[in-house]
Amino acid sequence: MNDVRYLAPRTLDEAVRALAAADGAGRVLAGGTDLLVQMRAGAVSPGVIVDVKKIAEMTTIEETADGGFRIGAAVSGAEIGDHPRLGQVWPGVVEAINLIGSTQIQGRASPGGNLCNASPAADSVPALVAAGATVTVQGPDGRREVPVEKIQAGPGRTTLGRGEIVVSFTLPPRPPGSGDAYLRLIPRTEMDIAVVGCGVSLTMQGGTCTAARVGLGAVAPTVLLVEDAAKALIGSRLEDEALEAAAAACRAACRPINDKRGTIEYRTRIAGVLLKRVAAIAAERAAAGGKH
Amino acid sequence: MPKLHVTTTINGEPVEFLCDPTQSMLEVLRDELGLTGSKEGCASGDCGACTITVDDRLVCSCLMLAAEAEGRRIGTIEGMAEGERLHPLQRKFVEMAALQCGICTPGFLVAAKALLDRNPDPTETEVRYWLAGNLCRCTGYDKIVRAVLETAAEMRAAAR
Repeated sequence: MNDVRYLAPRTLDEAVRALAAADGAGRVLAGGTDLLVQMRAGAVSPGVIVDVKKIAEMTTIEETADGGFRIGAAVSGAEIGDHPRLGQVWPGVVEAINLIGSTQIQGRASPGGNLCNASPAADSVPALVAAGATVTVQGPDGRREVPVEKIQAGPGRTTLGRGEIVVSFTLPPRPPGSGDAYLRLIPRTEMDIAVVGCGVSLTMQGGTCTAARVGLGAVAPTVLLVEDAAKALIGSRLEDEALEAAAAACRAACRPINDKRGTIEYRTRIAGVLLKRVAAIAAERAAAGGKH
Repeated sequence: MPKLHVTTTINGEPVEFLCDPTQSMLEVLRDELGLTGSKEGCASGDCGACTITVDDRLVCSCLMLAAEAEGRRIGTIEGMAEGERLHPLQRKFVEMAALQCGICTPGFLVAAKALLDRNPDPTETEVRYWLAGNLCRCTGYDKIVRAVLETAAEMRAAAR
């Protein structure tokens, strides 16, 4: 950890310039709950640490004029959980983010960090994928908008270019009759890493599913958008055959590894089980809600 | 390597210190400022022995760079008692023997206080989940959870 520089710029332009100039040796510091552990373990040794928490756009949540939300990438899980509106409109996104680590970790850990740490088991990502979140990325060549499922490239790797920073997440406006949910399977009740994680977002009209998105975590090198599962749900009334077809699509999408948390067979099977449970919760919320 | 100059507030007092860019808040609290109440357990954010508050949010001080304290309000276990007068949580931990070796105790107290500040009447389940990031290898947790619930009840009664 020698000769490291710490910078806390107030603007994105400065942050991007500092990262780009670091020539690959720069690291973004938001909550630090992954970065500092990796530094202490010797897994990374950055030349420049760019603390982005003084950049207003990255540390605020705003409800947009069209009824969507823009969440700064460095906002902590605790702040997201305390937001008066976000959890009413996107309960699945908020419960997924709030599942990460302990109360202390929630005090710092951010959705931007969870995404860019690029763990296949990142809890917030399947829910954000299901929500249809887009990510605003700023880099030396300006800004671009990217679907959240395009950021992870593999375990620990992203598609971000040199000097690029994930600035914020945009959640789209919510039609009436919509609901989302996230569940993960862990062998205990708290403080663990997902064996499988599943996020579902639904819009129901007159008992028929008119829109759906499904995100799956910890069953492939990256979090997956499972379009075939969504197709199986759309147009259905979420009857057993539709749910089984969606579960089968989830199982078919799985390309998991065997490790101490679960075998390939177990993870694949659980992906289908979770899809059904999460879709049921999302549908319940869609029926109860739509009144935000 | 040049030191960073940091201006912050700790337990209500303005504080300035110099630190290395990679020094953790916990290292500066303990080794530079002599505030040794916060403990290092795991140094990876798992055990909660180093719990402090930053702008009233619970944080593992081992997972925070000291440089990040610039302009923030830090709260540590040293700020909990008022002089010789223990906080009700501290008193109850002693009365109910909610500690054995004591290493985890400052972290539990800081975290439990943050809970009672926002929820004066938590359920046992809420207490257990809130404190899931504080590990204790001595007590089996039960005495700690009971002490927090008892304190909450006592503080509610006192506030009536």
